[in-house]
Amino acid sequence: MKPKNQRLVLLVAAVVAVFVAVLLAMWGLRSEASYFYTPADVAAGKAKQGQAMRLGGMVERGSVTRQADGVTIRFAVTDGKASTPIVYRGIVPDLFREGSGAVAEGRLENGVFVADTILAKHDERYMPPELGNLAAEHKAGKTLSK
Amino acid sequence: MIAETGLAALWLAAGLAALQIILMLLALRTPVDVGRTIRAVAVVQGALTLIAFAMLLLVFARSDMSVALVFENSNTAKPFIYKVAGAWGNHEGSMLLWVTVLSVAGAFFALLARRASERTLAAALGAQATLALGFYAFLLVASNPFARLFPAPPDGQGLNPLLQDPGLAFHPPTLYLGYVGLSIAFSLAVGALLTNEVDARLARAMRPWVLGAWILLTLGITAGSYWAYYELGWGGYWFWDPVENASLMPWLAATALLHSVNVLAARGALKAWTMMLAVIAFSMSMVGTFLVRSGILTSVHAFAIDPQRGTFLLALLAIYVGAAFALFAVRGATLKEGAPFELVSRETGLVINNLLLSVILGIVFLGTLYPLFVEALSGEKLSVGAPYFNAVAGPLALLLALLVGIGPLLSWRRERRPVWNRLKVAALLGVTALAITIIIAPEMTILPRLGLTVAAFLACASILPLVGRNPLRTPLATWGMVVAHFGIAVALTGMAMNGAFTSERLAVIKPGDKLSVGPWTVLLKDVTPTAGKNWTALEGDLRASRGGGVKVLKPQTRYFSDPPMETNEAAIDTFWNGQLYTVIGKPDASGGWQLRLWWKPFVTLIWAGGALIAFGGALALLGRVWRRRRPQDWRRERYA
Repeated sequence: MKPKNQRLVLLVAAVVAVFVAVLLAMWGLRSEASYFYTPADVAAGKAKQGQAMRLGGMVERGSVTRQADGVTIRFAVTDGKASTPIVYRGIVPDLFREGSGAVAEGRLENGVFVADTILAKHDERYMPPELGNLAAEHKAGKTLSK
Repeated sequence: MIAETGLAALWLAAGLAALQIILMLLALRTPVDVGRTIRAVAVVQGALTLIAFAMLLLVFARSDMSVALVFENSNTAKPFIYKVAGAWGNHEGSMLLWVTVLSVAGAFFALLARRASERTLAAALGAQATLALGFYAFLLVASNPFARLFPAPPDGQGLNPLLQDPGLAFHPPTLYLGYVGLSIAFSLAVGALLTNEVDARLARAMRPWVLGAWILLTLGITAGSYWAYYELGWGGYWFWDPVENASLMPWLAATALLHSVNVLAARGALKAWTMMLAVIAFSMSMVGTFLVRSGILTSVHAFAIDPQRGTFLLALLAIYVGAAFALFAVRGATLKEGAPFELVSRETGLVINNLLLSVILGIVFLGTLYPLFVEALSGEKLSVGAPYFNAVAGPLALLLALLVGIGPLLSWRRERRPVWNRLKVAALLGVTALAITIIIAPEMTILPRLGLTVAAFLACASILPLVGRNPLRTPLATWGMVVAHFGIAVALTGMAMNGAFTSERLAVIKPGDKLSVGPWTVLLKDVTPTAGKNWTALEGDLRASRGGGVKVLKPQTRYFSDPPMETNEAAIDTFWNGQLYTVIGKPDASGGWQLRLWWKPFVTLIWAGGALIAFGGALALLGRVWRRRRPQDWRRERYA
């Protein structure tokens, strides 16, 4: 191969690689990205049943109950406008508690959110941006007074 | 006074960085020889930042609550080691560490670099100072770590207990050394583009820095993965968390650069490509720093801070990356063609390696930033997690691992012999592994199955470059390559085994009851309270057995008061063939305890593989630094 051609081939290969990366990423993101919803979104019917998604809000005070098997818990999250029940089987994370923020990963089944994972790896100082505003409102006493 | 000394040292260092930039312009525009001066300035600048960082360590060690940063992130009740480590467990302190590493790396480069020409060296030191100056400005204007509080409060607010772990003391500094070590490659590339001296000599000057940074990144990622595994109590080793991706992206770019810089050093080919990778690798370090430090992402590391800092960091990022790419666009096209090579050759193998790594890098990059784009454009919030990365990047990583077994067998420029003959045994091993997984585990998912197949193939193929050679006369760099490639096979085996054969149990049991997981039967003997220096805990007393002796495991739930927080401390027992991982949860009303058990066969191979990869890098680095001295001195004498 002549050096000139070689450089052209390399350039084309690099462009094709970038193109392939973008195509693969688009394809993957289309099917695998999960949307973040709040209980108000769920109440408004924005979230599809059975679709992988994240649900975030403040854990409602007095809503956490444990099922008979001891490892399944039910609780509700609220954003002050609406509230969604969540079922989760497992040990809740370190920072999970009533009146604190939580994000659940899972899917909606008949109006109940079945969570595979609960993310609560944050406290007042380590708040995910999705919950940032909610937490501020919550501190000001807006979320739970209604 | 201590804090003020630190601040003064930072201002002086910023002044010297500006001086360094002026010296670079002199070197580029005039025939004045600034070589010695610019080296001396770089060394003093590095020493000043070291003083500033030492002052920060000192105020943390002395728990000087009149310094705002200490008050916000420390507490007198903390164990001493975490008081000191707390210095970089926060935004300002970790940015100071970042800048310190940047400028100390520049100082070492000034002291050690002999291989590049004096003009390129001066230009590189100027580029390094330009990087440092921006980050000094960021510290002094938007993130002063030495700000005082008046009046001084009696005690501090404490450190996130999750970060109160030996892992914290070493994980971020190691990663930072790796991140910022790549800045030397960036500055050298910028310097060489400015002076038009992109050649094999430059590649040899760049190579040890890339290797060194890459080794530390590998170690940092491996250690971080193990930290997340045992500290977070979720039993996972990689979460595709944006912060993890922030460390993976520079590693992918550095891995590609490491291979292409070898082509440039050995064959004088891939000039433009190598320069671009050097720019991209450090840009990814800066992107990572921006993602973590701007608080823009959801994660345990994301400190909720004011947006001014994020904007400042983004502006720095845009200026540096934009300027470097503009320079590359102007000068890249004027580079001379490198040495030609045939389609089947070591060079082609390395080009394919680079392309695959770049595609994986692109996929991780897009997946990590996509949620930010979408939210900025449409306001919709979404997250991209493990399913995306595993499905899209996983198969490509497997393909890459497969090709890793083949590439090193090709010879430079042109391969005449068919490679297949040498690969027969390895291929046979791979097929055997595939057959075994089909027989003993027919319900296994596709990725772990292929993972085991490729791992078996690679474990054999990676050793082939040594076959038929005298091991004592084989260069250390070749040994390093073999060890690192073998490490990939080891890590891949661990991941596939963990993915396919992990068994998990979750139940509530009362003291005296048993629970089984995998081959183990675990008895919950008792739960007792216990306490540490700044925490209290409930500790489970577990007795595990699988036929033979009894193992004692003591998982805890710890309660911290400053700040108020609970953490799960998993108890893990390691065996030659896997780990037993136990977590204790909350009590229920009837006196039972939540217990979560995992049996993870061969999971330790993941980190053993990571350590092997880093060790291979260290061997290669040793070989490069050690071996070249003698022949070069000899050559120098001869042609002098």
